[in-house]
Amino acid sequence: MNYNWNWGIFFQPNPMGTGTYLDMLLSGLWLTIKTALLAWIIALICGSIVGVLRTLPSKTAEWIGFLYVEFFRNMPLLVQLFLWFFVLPELLPRAIGLWLKQLPNAPFWTAAIGVGLFMSARVAVQLAAGISSLPRGQKQAATALGLTTVQTYRYVLLPMAFRIILPPLTSEFLNTVKNTAVAITIGLIELTGQARSMQEFSFQVFEAFTAATLMYLLLNLVVVTAMRFLERRVAIPGYIAGK
Amino acid sequence: MIELRHVDKWYGPNFQVLKDCTTRVAKGEVVVVCGPSGSGKSTLIKCVNALEPIQGGEIILDGIKVNDPATDLPKLRSRVGMVFQHFELFPHLRIQENLCLAQEKVLGRSHDEAQAKGMKLLDRVGLKEHAGKYPAELSGGQQQRVAIARALAMDPIAMLFDEPTSALDPEMISEVLDVMVDLAGEGMTMMVVTHEMGFASKVAHRVIFMDQGEIVEDALKDDFFGKPRSDRAQKFLSKILQH
Repeated sequence: MNYNWNWGIFFQPNPMGTGTYLDMLLSGLWLTIKTALLAWIIALICGSIVGVLRTLPSKTAEWIGFLYVEFFRNMPLLVQLFLWFFVLPELLPRAIGLWLKQLPNAPFWTAAIGVGLFMSARVAVQLAAGISSLPRGQKQAATALGLTTVQTYRYVLLPMAFRIILPPLTSEFLNTVKNTAVAITIGLIELTGQARSMQEFSFQVFEAFTAATLMYLLLNLVVVTAMRFLERRVAIPGYIAGK
Repeated sequence: MIELRHVDKWYGPNFQVLKDCTTRVAKGEVVVVCGPSGSGKSTLIKCVNALEPIQGGEIILDGIKVNDPATDLPKLRSRVGMVFQHFELFPHLRIQENLCLAQEKVLGRSHDEAQAKGMKLLDRVGLKEHAGKYPAELSGGQQQRVAIARALAMDPIAMLFDEPTSALDPEMISEVLDVMVDLAGEGMTMMVVTHEMGFASKVAHRVIFMDQGEIVEDALKDDFFGKPRSDRAQKFLSKILQH
């Protein structure tokens, strides 16, 4: 192989005039972080609502939860992003479609919402499993004390269910970070996107993607550490993993 | 106080758990419900505060029809204490928080008021020094006493006990029964599902014997233990009192 290694490339100015190549990658990393965080917040909110719906005694609620989850988890993420980005504006009335297409940062919002909804189906399934794993008597005890259904979930069931599913939720958070890379296909120049442009400008493909890889690893290491810290903080003395 | 008239309950279309159950518990009365497992005694007691819906007949609690869609069930339930076989303390809350939750969220008491009430009851069941602990740090007997205190904190007009000692080690049973005996001595209206025939003969006014979803015998305590009328009750008693 005839390849000119050049690790100094990161400190050379990039052709866009926005600083060095490293600055380019860092701005991509920052966009990845922003997209992942917003997507994760959406996944948590929508996933929690749908997860709770799936555990309610009402048949209607169960059906809504079922349809939601199966819609979002049975399509490839790539297809979903294309759907939201390219197809949806065409299906809507012309004026609204046009407005959507001209929104500033459309790739960013589409990616965050698209990845968020995709991940929310997975959060929903896990939360529903967490709630179902609690003893049936917990709900009965809360109900017998006069708590309403909303209060029972808010004060009794959800605090325990979320503690139980924290380890798998960590994995989903990591998946959210990694899935943002798919957004390159709708024109979001996040970390993977910046690594690709660096490769195109400098022909230093290995350096570019080594750096991107390390940045993803580092970012997810931060997520794992933060989640571990959270797990320890909310651990209940004498209970399961608590000490 | 508690009145059941011709109560029918089915699980699914083919399995009838309660068949035409009629009985009443007067104010200040202690009624023990016993019978072989699967006889429907736990189900019966859970119907009283509508934790389980019924399909036929009616249940009247302090003059209010329980199985009426117009009844404010959370409010009604908050006036009846319930103690469960597996305690069902909320594991993520400290003992004092377990005692305060429903007082504050359901009865709207201030935190200080709820706290004072909780501590008083905790003192009464002999667990004041454990107020800051989590449920998993207490023994089964201690947890059940906290559960009784939690129910009493709501100033209930009646108490329902669903096999309160069945999940306890033998040496812990008496500490729970002592609390219940005290409670009965104060004139609390109580409906108790239990196999503790010693407790029944000591404090019960009446004994209800159930078998296969039917109330087979509903007699004054002395009549029940002295000369049970039905064969089934006789057999049950001879088995349970054998040792």
